[in-house]
Amino acid sequence: MNSAKPRKMRQAIGEGRWTRLTLITIALVFLGLMLIAPLLVVFVEAFSRGVGVYIDALAMPDTMAALRLTLLVAAIAVPVNLVFGVAAAWAIAKFEFKGKAFLLTLIDLPFAVSPVVSGLIFVLLFGANSVLGPWLDGAGIKVLFAVPGIVLATIFITFPFIARELIPLMQQQGSSEEEAAVSLGAGGWRTFFQVTLPNVKWGLLYGVLLCNARAMGEFGAVTVVSGNIRGVTTTLPLHIEILYNDNKAAAAFAVASLLALLALVTLAVKTLLEARFANSLAAQRRH
Amino acid sequence: MQVRAENISKRYANMAALDDVSLTVGSGELVALLGPSGSGKTTLLRTIAGLEHPDAGAVYFNDRDASESRIQDRGVGFVFQHYALFKHMRVMDNIAFGLRARKTNKPSESEIKRRVMELLDLVQLSGLDHRFPSQLSGGQRQRVALARALAIEPSVLLLDEPFGALDARVRKDLRRWLREIHERTGHTTLFVTHDQEEALELADRVVVMNKGKIEQSATPDEIYDTPATPFVFSFIGESSVIPVQVGNGRATLDERMLDLEVGNLPDGPAQLYLRPEDVAMVTDGGPGIPGLVVSTRRIGGMRRVTIECGLARHRIEFDASAEVTIANSQRLQVRVIGGRVYGAGSEGYATEKLAASATSDFKWAKAEGWLDR
Repeated sequence: MNSAKPRKMRQAIGEGRWTRLTLITIALVFLGLMLIAPLLVVFVEAFSRGVGVYIDALAMPDTMAALRLTLLVAAIAVPVNLVFGVAAAWAIAKFEFKGKAFLLTLIDLPFAVSPVVSGLIFVLLFGANSVLGPWLDGAGIKVLFAVPGIVLATIFITFPFIARELIPLMQQQGSSEEEAAVSLGAGGWRTFFQVTLPNVKWGLLYGVLLCNARAMGEFGAVTVVSGNIRGVTTTLPLHIEILYNDNKAAAAFAVASLLALLALVTLAVKTLLEARFANSLAAQRRH
Repeated sequence: MQVRAENISKRYANMAALDDVSLTVGSGELVALLGPSGSGKTTLLRTIAGLEHPDAGAVYFNDRDASESRIQDRGVGFVFQHYALFKHMRVMDNIAFGLRARKTNKPSESEIKRRVMELLDLVQLSGLDHRFPSQLSGGQRQRVALARALAIEPSVLLLDEPFGALDARVRKDLRRWLREIHERTGHTTLFVTHDQEEALELADRVVVMNKGKIEQSATPDEIYDTPATPFVFSFIGESSVIPVQVGNGRATLDERMLDLEVGNLPDGPAQLYLRPEDVAMVTDGGPGIPGLVVSTRRIGGMRRVTIECGLARHRIEFDASAEVTIANSQRLQVRVIGGRVYGAGSEGYATEKLAASATSDFKWAKAEGWLDR
């Protein structure tokens, strides 16, 4: 026997070749059927009546208005949740206080509640029969069936994304680096921007991207509070549904492809970040 | 800078981490806080640094009450157990952090660079200024952490288990090196450790803590030679404990099988504490306490022998010469030539050190009897 030849070690958790192949096949077939095929259908259907119809659908004033509204809502909801997420994660990871578990549960609430129910909560809060509704009406502020309502519903739906991303990261890192910074004479802002933020920046970016993807794609809660006023309170997902219900399938898919494209770009950036993020996380673990 | 902690108390949930603790560290002194985990030593250190707020009591730097001032303004150099280096900064930026954070008296960037290089030289890390912490070994990280703490020219240097996460050899090297740094810079230094060897070797004064209280504060020699409480005795070095009865100035066990003169201890139950070197094997056929060997193991040039003595089979450990062969289940006799008896005193403990001469009187007629039981 040639002793120089490396012996193949059987891995303790290694499975047989067939088990491995079967598992991989199941995963790939499932993903293909449930994710890739529908995505392909969107693009195929979008161009089924030719490029002309596709471009017309995108150039419609209602589509442009929906795109503008979607971007506006995301541009408000994401920064708000950024501030909230960082504040909540900071509070939970760095301080001990009563009701911490309760706060954690509350942050998960939008994940647990159906988006339609979330929308209805705002209708009940700001509707004509509510306490706040007539009072705001008197002040000339329209919340329901207007942009503020859509923004509020979107913020509600998307607020766990950034907080949830940061909390485990910050908890794992503990607060000794902050304590070190403070003992060296740094104030609160310097400590935050030079010590805390650099340590969580990749996780934070990742959370922002997820939050943004959801903010642009939210349908359930937004449809309840928006009132579907064409060209005024329709975001891209709502606009797609209206087109589809009007039997304009090709146009609907054309707009859907736009939304899908936004999602794909987000995913691509996310994947790039993840590769980067994994490296820096590993480096921190080594430390 | 003299540091004084006065009547510090701190509770966590329902456990007292610090129970009315007072401690003074003189200017330029190197003091060790020694104790098992949960004894409150780290809490005391963090309270002095301002990282914890005591429920009661105050901390004074010289005669200034530091409890009211912000931690940023205390001028405390704190070295954390796991270094807490800024992972995303290079060594040089880590060390410069405190100088750059200054609001008043902030040195120029070239002056900062000069100081960083000086400190790197002091901690023997010249040439590593552009490394990231993850590219350094544990011992090197610890040195960077120390350089970073020294950079702000602290009035007090506080170190939390400074060598706890390092392997034994590096620890020994760094210990000697920290002592040298202390002698060169003269900072008032307080460090926490659970390693008695480290505390005794490094510190001018050792403060032994247990259950949120200070058991004894004394020089390493005093801590070892005259431990004030049974806890200090058993925490510092090896020890065997035997319950004895004190009466008429003598400590006895099992119908005077053991009978020692103990001086002025009050009558009543007491504990006899023995170090391995306080017990000697009887080789000349003279009187001794009979015992049954239960285990032997080799420690350096000596053989550590454990025997069982008395009706309750109390265990005593002692060192015998490695040349003597001692087998398990062998019967032999030992003589107490030192040790300490702790009895209940009016305040805490009354303690008497046994003199070698006081320990010659044995009644051992019944010895054969109990060994056969």
